[in-house]
Amino acid sequence: MLKLGVPSKGRLMDKTFKWFGDRGVTLRKSGEDREYAGVVEGVDGVELVLLSAGEIPRELAAGNIHVGVTGSDLVREKLASWDSQVVEITKMGFGGADLIIAVPDGWVDVDTLDDLDAACAAFRSHHGMRLRIATKYHRLVREFLQEHGVADYRLVDSQGATEGVVKNETAEAIADITSTGETLRANGLKILDDGLIHASQATLFRGRRSAWTEEQRGALKALLTALGE
Amino acid sequence: MTPQNILAEAARISGVFRDAGAVPVEAAILQPAYVLLDLYGEDIRGRAFVTDDPVQGEMMLRPDFTVPVVQMHMRDHAEPARYTYAGPVFRQQVEAPHRVREYLQVGYEVFDQDRATADAEVFATIQAALGGAALKPTTGDIGLLKAAILGLKTSEARKAALTRHIWRPNRFKALLERFGGKTPVPAKRAALLASHDPFADQGPAVGLRSRAEVQARIDALRADAATAPLSSEEIALIEALLGLRETLPHILSALRDLAVDLPAIAGAVDHFGARIDALSGQGIDVDALQFEGNYGRTSLEYYDGFVFGFHGARDARPVATGGRYDALTAVLGEGRAVPAVGGVIRPDLLLEVV
Repeated sequence: MLKLGVPSKGRLMDKTFKWFGDRGVTLRKSGEDREYAGVVEGVDGVELVLLSAGEIPRELAAGNIHVGVTGSDLVREKLASWDSQVVEITKMGFGGADLIIAVPDGWVDVDTLDDLDAACAAFRSHHGMRLRIATKYHRLVREFLQEHGVADYRLVDSQGATEGVVKNETAEAIADITSTGETLRANGLKILDDGLIHASQATLFRGRRSAWTEEQRGALKALLTALGE
Repeated sequence: MTPQNILAEAARISGVFRDAGAVPVEAAILQPAYVLLDLYGEDIRGRAFVTDDPVQGEMMLRPDFTVPVVQMHMRDHAEPARYTYAGPVFRQQVEAPHRVREYLQVGYEVFDQDRATADAEVFATIQAALGGAALKPTTGDIGLLKAAILGLKTSEARKAALTRHIWRPNRFKALLERFGGKTPVPAKRAALLASHDPFADQGPAVGLRSRAEVQARIDALRADAATAPLSSEEIALIEALLGLRETLPHILSALRDLAVDLPAIAGAVDHFGARIDALSGQGIDVDALQFEGNYGRTSLEYYDGFVFGFHGARDARPVATGGRYDALTAVLGEGRAVPAVGGVIRPDLLLEVV
């Protein structure tokens, strides 16, 4: 069987089911709503595996699932050299969110990464510590800041309610996902003009690693044909 | 090539370093992460292995020996001193997954006030330990660039910004362009500088970075806006320095020419000349020794003077690298600084080219 990994709950699951349904492939949970087993109709040889969206990149890379739907941000964050481990089949046009860098509104002197770097230098010499940026996207943020030559910062881990860290003085800036920017504004934060790290959306990926059987290859081909890819 | 071969080769190299007068030293494999993070910033996380101790917090598998060896020396040793070490170091290989993550390094470090002589000694000792391997040495000198920056006719703030980004060539280049007036001032920046009350629309300040700090930066931006642009002649001189690519004697005469227009580098050029003499004295064929103005600006180590590497093929990983790191000793020495220079050989890579 070809294992298709799909987010197991919430809007991402609903929209994924609808996206496949619009293309003639029916995905649904089997039996009770709490169960994580699923059914695929409209194409043969495909098995539905319901997983947390955050685990799908790792399972694709490990070969435990063959194709999977997850956010392109999660794939880039969780997999080093992601494109050597998975292949992007198609962007799905929903689940859009931007990973951005945001700083307090009151930093009227900071609008760009260039400014952030200068603020980091001054902050370090003034406070004797590096300016803290709260995020859960450590790899993406670090690579982005390295590429743009920002120095003298430190990443601190924040797994939720990241917008609140500045008020709580556990970090000076944040790097987080936003779709409308409303929560940021409500928390007195502004996005840097060149602070877009990644524009994420739900994406269908295929793993590179696993040894595929003829049957699995056939099922992928049938699935892609059904999806019009 | 077996692990035994590599160990035997490491032992041979160690022997050469001990014969040169170096005292063998050890360092813990597990190093406290905060020291390295404080020195190198978050970038080190992408290069070294970080692990967690439930009690002591984050630890790092040593990515090299330099930091622990400098700490040991600065704690309780006097100059001159020579040390050697041999053991595994650990690096992530995200960009090149086929490369090994754990490999042996054999090093030779000299703490000595006489910089030119020590530079030449380390280079010659590393070269001797490499034996007759078909390797091409390349040298550079971050000290020339530092001196050139300090000699620019511009504000101290601009010199500090350029010096801070010596090891980030892209940002360095962008700064040069901005200070040269070649980058248009963004509309937001112009509005900020013109504003009489930049905080008019702002509520109370939030977070640890205070309003006074923001105001200080605005003052600095205003001062910078009033600073005359770097002349295109000066920018051309920096670019000429970074673009140098020749053998040492040619470089020396090119540097003497540059020093006419950039007198601030005269001291660094004299030092460069003294190093050539010292290398000659060590029996190095300086007429054939290559120099690159940009060499050593993208390495992990914060080399701030003489730098060198021995490469097999062009663009291949260097089999041996080294350089001067005076500034590192100042950071780790808690007020004390010592001139220091060293180099390491990778026995596994050396066996591949022999």
